[in-house]
Amino acid sequence: MKDRRFTILRLCRYLLRHKWGLLLALGLTVGSNLLALLGPELCGKAIDAMEPGPGKVNLELVSYYAGQMALLYVVSAAMGYALNVLMIAISRKVTYQMRQDIFQRLGGMPGGYFDTHATGDIISRISYDTDTINGSLSADLVQIFASAITIVVSFYKMVTLEPRLSLIFLFTVPLSAVMTIRITKRNQPLFRLRSRKLGELNGFVEEMISGQKTLKAYRQEKNTLAELDGFNDQAVDSYYQAEYSTAVMGPSVNFINNLSLALVSVFGAILHMRGQMTVGGIGSFVLYSRKFSGPLHELVDMFGEFQSSLAAAERVFRIIDQPLETADRPDAAVLDQPQGAVTLEKVCFGYDPQRPVLKQVSLEVGSGETIAVVGPTGAGKTTLINLLMRFYDPDSGKICVDGKEVRNLTRASLRRAYSMVLQDAWLFYGTIYDNIAYGRPDATRQQVEAAAKAARIHDFILSQPQGYDTILTDDAANLSKGQKQLLTIARAMLMDSPMLILDEATSNVDVRTEQLVQQAMGELMAGRTCFVVAHRLSTVKNASRILVVREGGLAEWGTHQQLLEKKGAYWEMYRAQFG
Amino acid sequence: MRLIFHYIRPYRGRMALGISIKLGGTVVELLLPYILAHIIDDVTPLGELKPVVLWGFLMLVCAFFAILGNVVGNRMAAAVARDTTRTLRHELFQKISYLSNRQLDGFTIPSLISRMTTDTYNIHRMVGMMQRIGIRAPMLVVGGVLVTMALDPALALVLTAMLPIILAIVFLLSRRSLPLFDRLQQSSDRMVRVVRENTSGVRVIKALSRSEGEKERFRQVNRQVMAAENQANMVMAASKPAMNLTLNLGLVLLMLVGARRVNAGLSGAGTITAFLTYFTIILNAMISITRVLTMWSKALASAGRIQAVMDVSDEFRSRPSEEGQRDYPCIVFHQVNFSYGGKSPALRDVSFSLNRGERLGVIGPTGAGKSTLCALLLRFYDVDSGSIWVDGREVSAWPLEQLRAKFGVVLQNDLLFKKSIGENVRMGREISEEEIRQALKNAQADFALESGQDAGLAARGVNLSGGQKQRLLIARALAGRPPVLILDDSSSALDYQTDAKLRQALQQEYGETTTILIAQRVSSVKHCDKILVLEEGCVAGLGSHDQLMGCCPLYQEISRLQMGEEESA
Repeated sequence: MKDRRFTILRLCRYLLRHKWGLLLALGLTVGSNLLALLGPELCGKAIDAMEPGPGKVNLELVSYYAGQMALLYVVSAAMGYALNVLMIAISRKVTYQMRQDIFQRLGGMPGGYFDTHATGDIISRISYDTDTINGSLSADLVQIFASAITIVVSFYKMVTLEPRLSLIFLFTVPLSAVMTIRITKRNQPLFRLRSRKLGELNGFVEEMISGQKTLKAYRQEKNTLAELDGFNDQAVDSYYQAEYSTAVMGPSVNFINNLSLALVSVFGAILHMRGQMTVGGIGSFVLYSRKFSGPLHELVDMFGEFQSSLAAAERVFRIIDQPLETADRPDAAVLDQPQGAVTLEKVCFGYDPQRPVLKQVSLEVGSGETIAVVGPTGAGKTTLINLLMRFYDPDSGKICVDGKEVRNLTRASLRRAYSMVLQDAWLFYGTIYDNIAYGRPDATRQQVEAAAKAARIHDFILSQPQGYDTILTDDAANLSKGQKQLLTIARAMLMDSPMLILDEATSNVDVRTEQLVQQAMGELMAGRTCFVVAHRLSTVKNASRILVVREGGLAEWGTHQQLLEKKGAYWEMYRAQFG
Repeated sequence: MRLIFHYIRPYRGRMALGISIKLGGTVVELLLPYILAHIIDDVTPLGELKPVVLWGFLMLVCAFFAILGNVVGNRMAAAVARDTTRTLRHELFQKISYLSNRQLDGFTIPSLISRMTTDTYNIHRMVGMMQRIGIRAPMLVVGGVLVTMALDPALALVLTAMLPIILAIVFLLSRRSLPLFDRLQQSSDRMVRVVRENTSGVRVIKALSRSEGEKERFRQVNRQVMAAENQANMVMAASKPAMNLTLNLGLVLLMLVGARRVNAGLSGAGTITAFLTYFTIILNAMISITRVLTMWSKALASAGRIQAVMDVSDEFRSRPSEEGQRDYPCIVFHQVNFSYGGKSPALRDVSFSLNRGERLGVIGPTGAGKSTLCALLLRFYDVDSGSIWVDGREVSAWPLEQLRAKFGVVLQNDLLFKKSIGENVRMGREISEEEIRQALKNAQADFALESGQDAGLAARGVNLSGGQKQRLLIARALAGRPPVLILDDSSSALDYQTDAKLRQALQQEYGETTTILIAQRVSSVKHCDKILVLEEGCVAGLGSHDQLMGCCPLYQEISRLQMGEEESA
């Protein structure tokens, strides 16, 4: 309950950014509804003018009132339209802002978040949940305003018309209020469940459709379908449960309204018989009571939607509340013109503190050195890179660049000092040109092409239908793994950073291309500090030093020759490869 | 439209029942103002209290049936919506599962995902709403008109005259908004794509400090979504005030006509009062209709997008043919030509054959068509010309299911799923735990044996290192001992020791298995019985290592580069 209030409060905070717009909307609402509410009164007067019966109807008076009514309705409709437009504009801005906020947050979260949260669920939050809120805001908010005003005014009108008759509502209104609140309370968890189940379904769908090709190769179409059915059932069922439960709401409120109508009819008739009320009076009263209960019904109907919006808002806020990467220190320095000397001092780290991956690793790397990191899969090679790039901070010990501890540097400036080529080539939907220039949007065409030539991908690019402007669709499905890799190498070449990280950068490139790339890499690596993770010993033997990582520590380090002479772990690996 | 009706059809009985119940409730509700008019015009002049109370009680009874009918009707509507959506999602997913890869490429993955999620959701909402409000509201309108007809046909005509105008408004607005909602959905696809790319590339983006740039990119798509939404909604925003105005002007007209009729003694003031009530009922119903209308337009756009997937005809039809015979070679490529959608050919005139138990190595530069070979063999795509034979039958003559059952595959860009290790290896096949253990062992995935088969993986196996992922994928291919193994560059992330052990295990344990090994290194394929050298989609050489060393310049070059490198080591 408290959570819910908090969620509403936060939603309101979004709305309050547009307080002037809201104020105007409020004004319009009041205006258009007040005008519309004058209608029944005019109607009543017109009917009273007809009351005397055949031959005695004051036609002039009726026309006069009718003219007033027409004018009133036109103005009211114009205001209503303006109001709708305004509210759509406001709620659109709110959704826009909400999506911006989610995305902003996504960009700042530690990379690990994405390892544990399904992309589909994240997408579900940023698209539908905000959509649900959007729909509810524009449609419902106006309605809530309008309804509130209509209710208050029509009640006032009823009281002035015939206070005794309006006593009926003192009985029926609290009745519907109590009922609504009770049903709402019962429904909230159902709506929450509904949003969650939908998120799960979307997560599953995202994963499986992405993996279509694999599923096909293993003929898993039927099994996956069966699994989908499980998720689907839960999603539609929880949707049904929520609907089932809210189904009572609208009709119940309607019932109470009808109850009021019956009571009004009976007591109104009695008053009329006693000559205390005119037929026109009853007509106006009934109209007002309808005006009064109509929006009440609408309100309740909307309550259902509002509840699902709240559930959606909760999910949105939960993602916005995710912790960010620890912020740069306020006094963090910018790493300016780095030389590329890196030291590690007794660095310990584990993704799970119980299971350390790196234990007490110390290392000194001079500017311009090439450090090759080798070792069996899972020994912590990639982890080392994660720490250098500050995707994670060490549990203890420290890492320094140019003698400055990295924690005291801004992340952006530290990361700019490295260019990185990873094993999984990441490309996005966009032209080849944009993909290469990604790290340096200010690069000139010549520079981009030079980088592509250096990465030996220029000719391939030119063979594409639109050359550099060819669009890479969908996970670059039209390229082979090797081609993707070359594009990311070109990207790194263009970066021209003082330090270079190559994490299995050439593992997907065929040998002939690799040979070519190696030459370019040689040029690229000259004068830079390089960290090369590789398992092909042939690609690392020219490194100035080789680190052999094994089970969380440095097993040994030295040059290729030194390590071979030592006949340790490296020698063993070397023999396994060429023996 | 057609699509929605198609999926509702099986439930039409229940739906009709639900609607009838709801209709009953609505009709008794409509009686209320009628009774009111009766009380005022006919009963009060009698001056007796008892009939007034009696009629009042009757109103209560009607109100009670109204609530009953509406609750039951709403619930039945929700059930129909649920069942409709369930089937729709099921069949859409099924359809997507059986799309050919060419079709998948055509629709694109993110768009299929949003069709499966957003679009089915829109339809779910719409089907429910249509029955709850979409039926009730028009019923209230129609019923209201009918009752007023009974009260005073002439006055009712005034009311009815307004309806065509309203219908025209509805029609015009929804026709204008439909393409707008379609566009909205497209821009929202683009937004989803940006989010997807950002979640998958978070490390690269951070490394390049491009978070700001990505934010800008997202802002642009977000803007587009917003603009599209704005356009669509602005159109719909006019609907409610326009309907309101039309009806209210009708009310004014009614007053004018009514006054004359009362004057002429054709109608009573009570009747006019009742008319006013009906007017309000109709007005409120109209407001509900506008709300449904927005939903309806959205759902129609969604239905169109789903229909587009459903309408795709099955690309592969298997021609039944005679059984394969043992004395045919296991795999034959005969003058195969293939291109991905109009681009330059990926394979040109490729022919080779492979006997049972033989090992084929495939080598060649990046983009030479190596992976295409295995995509064709699994019949992810059909050849443009030429033919591919497996066990003496053309691949197009095999039922897909049976064809693919012959292979254990590691694809390029293969995926692990958010399931346990055991399930990832089993992939729903009937494979015992012991066999899985064996496969994991042979694939050198000892880490998986340590953590146990029940250990869970994150989606895409992101909690594993590259080498760990590859070994699980290999275990998946080995498990179940399929007759043919296809390993497409499956050991690139393995260190040499592991790779060597793996090769040894393959040799010992799977020596009888026909194997296709796609690799980039000569050392990986040189022990194969046959090696196929591809260059730009053409066969540059075919033969054993020794033969190729003698006659294939490309192979020599690759080999020289690689061996030279190793010798100088």
